[in-house]
Amino acid sequence: MRLRLVPDQTNINFFRAARITFGASVVAMIASVIVFFAMGLNYGIDFTGGTTIRTDSPTAVDVGEYRAALTPLELGDVAVTQVFDPSFDADQHVASVRIQTQEGQEAITQSTISRVQAALQAVDPEITFTSVESVGPKVSGELVLTAVLAVGGALAAICFYIWLRFEWQFAMGALAALLHDVVITIGVFSLLQIRFDLAIIAALLTIVGYSINDTVVVFDRARENLRKFKTMPLIDVLNLSANETLSRTVMTSGTTLIALIALLVLGGDVIRGFVFAITFGIVIGTYSSIYVAKNIVLMLGVKRDWSKEAGSKVKGKYADIDA
Amino acid sequence: MLHIPLWRRILIVLVCLAGIVFALPNAFYDRVERHNDAAAAGEADAGWPDWLPNDLVNLGLDLRGGAHLVAEVQVEDVYASRMDALWPDVRDALAAERDTLGFVTRVEDGPADVLRVQVSNAEQAQRAAEIVRGLARPVSSLSAAGASDLVVSVSGGVVSVQLSEAERAATDNRTVQQALEIVRRRIDEVGTREPTIARQGEDRILVQVPGVGSAQEVKDIIGTTAQLTFNPVIRTTQDPEADPGIGNMLVPDVGGTGLYYVLERAPVVTGDELTDAQPSFDQNSNPAVSFRFDPTGARAFGDYTAQNIGEPFAIVLDNEVISAPVIQSHIPGGSGIITGQFTVEESTNLAVLLRAGALPAELTFLEERTIGPELGQDSIDAGSVAGIVGLVAVIFFMVATYGLFGVFGSIALLINVALLIAVLSVIGGTLTLPGIAGIVLTMGMAVDANVLVFERIREELKTARGPARAIELGYEKALSAIVDSNFTTFMTAVILFALGAGPVRGFAITLGLGILTSVFTAIFVTRLMIVIWYNRRRPRTIEV
Repeated sequence: MRLRLVPDQTNINFFRAARITFGASVVAMIASVIVFFAMGLNYGIDFTGGTTIRTDSPTAVDVGEYRAALTPLELGDVAVTQVFDPSFDADQHVASVRIQTQEGQEAITQSTISRVQAALQAVDPEITFTSVESVGPKVSGELVLTAVLAVGGALAAICFYIWLRFEWQFAMGALAALLHDVVITIGVFSLLQIRFDLAIIAALLTIVGYSINDTVVVFDRARENLRKFKTMPLIDVLNLSANETLSRTVMTSGTTLIALIALLVLGGDVIRGFVFAITFGIVIGTYSSIYVAKNIVLMLGVKRDWSKEAGSKVKGKYADIDA
Repeated sequence: MLHIPLWRRILIVLVCLAGIVFALPNAFYDRVERHNDAAAAGEADAGWPDWLPNDLVNLGLDLRGGAHLVAEVQVEDVYASRMDALWPDVRDALAAERDTLGFVTRVEDGPADVLRVQVSNAEQAQRAAEIVRGLARPVSSLSAAGASDLVVSVSGGVVSVQLSEAERAATDNRTVQQALEIVRRRIDEVGTREPTIARQGEDRILVQVPGVGSAQEVKDIIGTTAQLTFNPVIRTTQDPEADPGIGNMLVPDVGGTGLYYVLERAPVVTGDELTDAQPSFDQNSNPAVSFRFDPTGARAFGDYTAQNIGEPFAIVLDNEVISAPVIQSHIPGGSGIITGQFTVEESTNLAVLLRAGALPAELTFLEERTIGPELGQDSIDAGSVAGIVGLVAVIFFMVATYGLFGVFGSIALLINVALLIAVLSVIGGTLTLPGIAGIVLTMGMAVDANVLVFERIREELKTARGPARAIELGYEKALSAIVDSNFTTFMTAVILFALGAGPVRGFAITLGLGILTSVFTAIFVTRLMIVIWYNRRRPRTIEV
């Protein structure tokens, strides 16, 4: 007996609840923007500069004691958080200490780090420092710029490609879906105050890559069906295409999610934020390619006089690729 | 009919086999690494046969542990020393026309990268500027050929000289190259495994040293400029505010003893003229560093010691006097010994620094990260467990959904992972923690191309005439979706690679390569398996 996640023949009307789903997306995006401005992001040292020290000790961590030990050093804003993970040993107690960039220092001074380490060692002689990372304000400023450029550049490049290969309406639909995914993911990071660092930018770009992958598969089918059923209304063509590709969408998202959930649970705390972003993005990316991208295409309409040459050009381009 | 030419079949099988063979060493990582280390040291090691490939995936610092530093070269330092070096020439050239110009003196205050000269006959300052312009040389760079290296301006009776924009650009480039070379030499002298030392952007140097316990150790080796000079001593003083006088400088004693030396600024010899430096011991068996000068240095040093017997001279390292012996006799051979309050380790380090040469400018550290090896190992373990669990789950899911075709897809997935690791090993790519996430993600996404095809075959089975035609059409029609969707994802991987650094770049590499290998396995490997199976069995109906 075969596993069938989706029945062979489906006829779901994805536009029936268009108002609700599309409205929900718009509301979620606005809410994300509000949350972002109200709460901000919990930026990591990649973007703010500063130092994080990861400690590891066989004795239990007392966050209050750590903080008390560091207060006399007058380092400004010091954050101590305990880290939990199922992959830790029973006698492994991990904490993360974060120190802001010191006033008037372009580069990192080793003496500050040494003082912090000495103070913590006084509290717990068995403590070890498994990682120490410092980023100066000069570099962090550039990293912000790079991150913005990366996300913006990726969106632009993708739109351009879609525009080349499809119609501009499809490019707009894809762009809307991608913005939707990125904005809401950032909103969730802001809401949950998960640390936002350079790796999360990589995750955002991965979401963009995955989401567009999903969207393109539906669009590709729509392009084909538009040629095949020249008189069918656009809404029906889009619905048919979504139904025909639904089984594939669910299957691919399913396998990717399975692999990611394994990584989320077992992959350790160091990359948990990163994996969480991608996992969340896959879910929302799948949603957006079904409910957002197509809605935009429907709103904008598509010119239907698909010329024969356009069709044969595509075919001619790939017909010779053969195993 | 389903047909794949023989040569193409052979090619596909060969690529897959090559992938497996080249991925193989990574399954025996420790053994192969020992073998490679032994081979690099010129020894034989029986742990791994020589005829097998021995390229391994480089583990990034976040997995192996080690130090990562980004240093900025203070290129402006060089402008100041260029001006200091120019001053004697300017003085001599202007002195030749003392009759018209009057006396010339250097104005000491003001920015260090501008040489300002006061001419006592202020109305003749234009003439002085002309003479100084005569000292300018063309810039030695291709992009600014013909431009002059000096910019000379006059205001009042003061002639100001500074480097031109073109010369600064050319100098900056040289300074960073030189600093890079010296950092490399210093780190190589210490002999750690596979350090990465690379230029980053305009004036930055990236240093990655696996296996060291802290970034500070690396900074100790590369952080000091190791500017060694031998200067004549004028007098000593206890007053840190003492006015050294024109052409002289005030330098503290190394031990923080409160003793200050007034030295002539122009050195007799510099560390650049050293040919060798070795740790050694003085007559009293205290650690010391012995050195040898090159011929010019030896001559200058010989002449100076011959003329100044009984006078003290100072050995200055990075603006601290490490010792100030009195010259006992003429030292003609150009070799000598530096004594001071050294430990054995310090004398060894100093010898390394002197041998490698001085940094042309100071380095400021903008970013430094130390990852402990235990943390890296934990990450590898967690990543591998997650990867294997993910792989098994995906295979289960595929087989449960597509039956025999799912088995084909799963075999292709395994080959895909092998190919990915093989390519990473051969091109010397670096695997980082996000890179492991990239592999796991690719496993999920790699099945996508197969899924697209299988779903399409299912659809075609409903309408097409017979299974062979359905398989053929399935591949044909799924192709545009596969190409378009993977190309867009590949673009984001390229952008990530171009803009990212370190771990993010590692992720971009695995993601990008994963897309290439997964498309290859889906449209060639799975297809080959299906075609071979179909032509053997010739089933009347197939179930996908």
